[in-house]
Amino acid sequence: MGKTISEKILSEHSGKELKADDFSIVKVDLCLLQDGTGPLAVRQLEQLGIKEVVNPQGIAVFLDHAAPSPRKELSNDHITLRNFARRTGCYLFEVGEGVCHQIMSEMFTSPGDVLVGADSHTCTGGALGAFATGMGSTDVAVAMGLGKTWFRVPRTIKVVVNGKFRPGVFAKDFMLFLIGTLGAEGATYKALEFTGEAMESLPMPERLVISNMAVEAGAKAGIFASDKMTKAYLKQHGREEKYRELRSDKDAKYDKEIDIEVDKLAPMVSMPHTVDNTKPVDKAGKVKVHQVFIGSCTNGRIEDLRVVADIWKGKKRDTDTRVIITPASKDVYMLAVKEGLIETFVDFGATVTTPGCGACVGVHGGILGDGENCVSTSNRNFLGRMGNPKGFVYLASPATAAASAIKGELTDPREYF
Amino acid sequence: MILRGKAWKFGNDISTDLIAPGRYFHLRSDLNELAKHVLEDADAEFAKKVGKGDFVVGGRNFGLGSSREHAPTIIKIAGVSCVLAKSFARIFFRNAINIGLPVIECDTDKIAAGDELEIDLEKGVIKDVTKKVDLKFAPIPKAMTQILGDGGLVEHIKKHGDFKIE
Repeated sequence: MGKTISEKILSEHSGKELKADDFSIVKVDLCLLQDGTGPLAVRQLEQLGIKEVVNPQGIAVFLDHAAPSPRKELSNDHITLRNFARRTGCYLFEVGEGVCHQIMSEMFTSPGDVLVGADSHTCTGGALGAFATGMGSTDVAVAMGLGKTWFRVPRTIKVVVNGKFRPGVFAKDFMLFLIGTLGAEGATYKALEFTGEAMESLPMPERLVISNMAVEAGAKAGIFASDKMTKAYLKQHGREEKYRELRSDKDAKYDKEIDIEVDKLAPMVSMPHTVDNTKPVDKAGKVKVHQVFIGSCTNGRIEDLRVVADIWKGKKRDTDTRVIITPASKDVYMLAVKEGLIETFVDFGATVTTPGCGACVGVHGGILGDGENCVSTSNRNFLGRMGNPKGFVYLASPATAAASAIKGELTDPREYF
Repeated sequence: MILRGKAWKFGNDISTDLIAPGRYFHLRSDLNELAKHVLEDADAEFAKKVGKGDFVVGGRNFGLGSSREHAPTIIKIAGVSCVLAKSFARIFFRNAINIGLPVIECDTDKIAAGDELEIDLEKGVIKDVTKKVDLKFAPIPKAMTQILGDGGLVEHIKKHGDFKIE
């Protein structure tokens, strides 16, 4: 019997031949902590009486959710994490270096790795052919302390995507469409595996968008076979030697298969307050937009910022719409500076903030007022997500967000392509 | 062990943002304080009203969203002895077991707000004392029973020095 990518990776890491539904102890290659979940993980390690981590070179700690810190309590949490990193010798990414999933992809995650992160969007790493999944603080604490965790091997849903994306339509629109189709728990306990010509021709930054949002359908992982796009991305980040080919066997057993043609796909939006509440933007009705947020681990990459700058060149924001841009990492920020994108953004009337999670998680830097609507390129629109239960978050692609900032209302971006 | 308490009903898609709102991010290292806001965006008065041993009873996909373990932790700190739902999001379910909070998947439509319940975790039976009916539920996976039985993952590892779930 052939194996899926998930079955292969988990078998390799357990020393056993595993198939879907098996429970097993699995060796962990990479762990990540961030400033919202990390302090609790550090305290749990102390509770366990574990002073040293098994593999400090495989652990990265990120100060990204509350960065720079808006409150003394969070500043103290940052001190806890800095001390932990110093004491254990693991990597620390300071305020301003970027959002965890972006940096993991740039610097750490490789095909065939097992990555566990105390952040639900850790599944981003599936784009690189890793088995990457989000867990709680205690699970990650134990993974750091023992170098292993336990898994039930997930069944895999094969998502076969064919056709060609039309201008103005992006991986984000595809993923919102898929989540709307599957529902927010349509893939619970399962892995999504993305394949087909439309996925094979998709460059890594767009794949990262798709894997990032797998958890919004409830999935444990959102995984791609490694291929020339994976190799090109690793090479771009100086890690070409980490490439290995990894794909599901032809006779692998899938839970089910979903076929999607992207030819007719339109720009999509998730309406408040659930991610699976999706509609085509041109059928969403009139929505006044008070704030536009472009950034996050979903859509804060240089490719996203280029799309936005192309749409905004020579234009100004709507006077009633404020605009916040948060590059996903320092490298993205530097590139945006070199390419002149930041000048375009500031000239347009946007605010550019510290690389990191930005306004996505409602801690700082763009909290909504009562009754306000935000078009956001992030991945969640739950009630209260952006810091105010009386605010409304609409999830969309960077192109849709950019077009909406010009018009001051939710806008189909295809007229700019 | 028999758990006894009153049912507090919630709807579908109770996210971890509703359970532990992002605007209280700064309280994550002060869990007793954070627990005063548990489920605040789903029921503003819940934290004040809930009694020791009571049950949170949700609909589908309970605990979706962020991996913040603080969500099940503050439900437990608030005095809740068990969460019941038609289905759970994966990370929340695992986190709840890890911190020693029992979670049960069952048909929660049969339970009304305010019902007095008695839950036998070993036998897999919920007795709705108010309605005088019994509901059955499937046991949680064995690996998780062992962790829950030890009182959570930290206690499990302290006791065995390693995972002991196979």
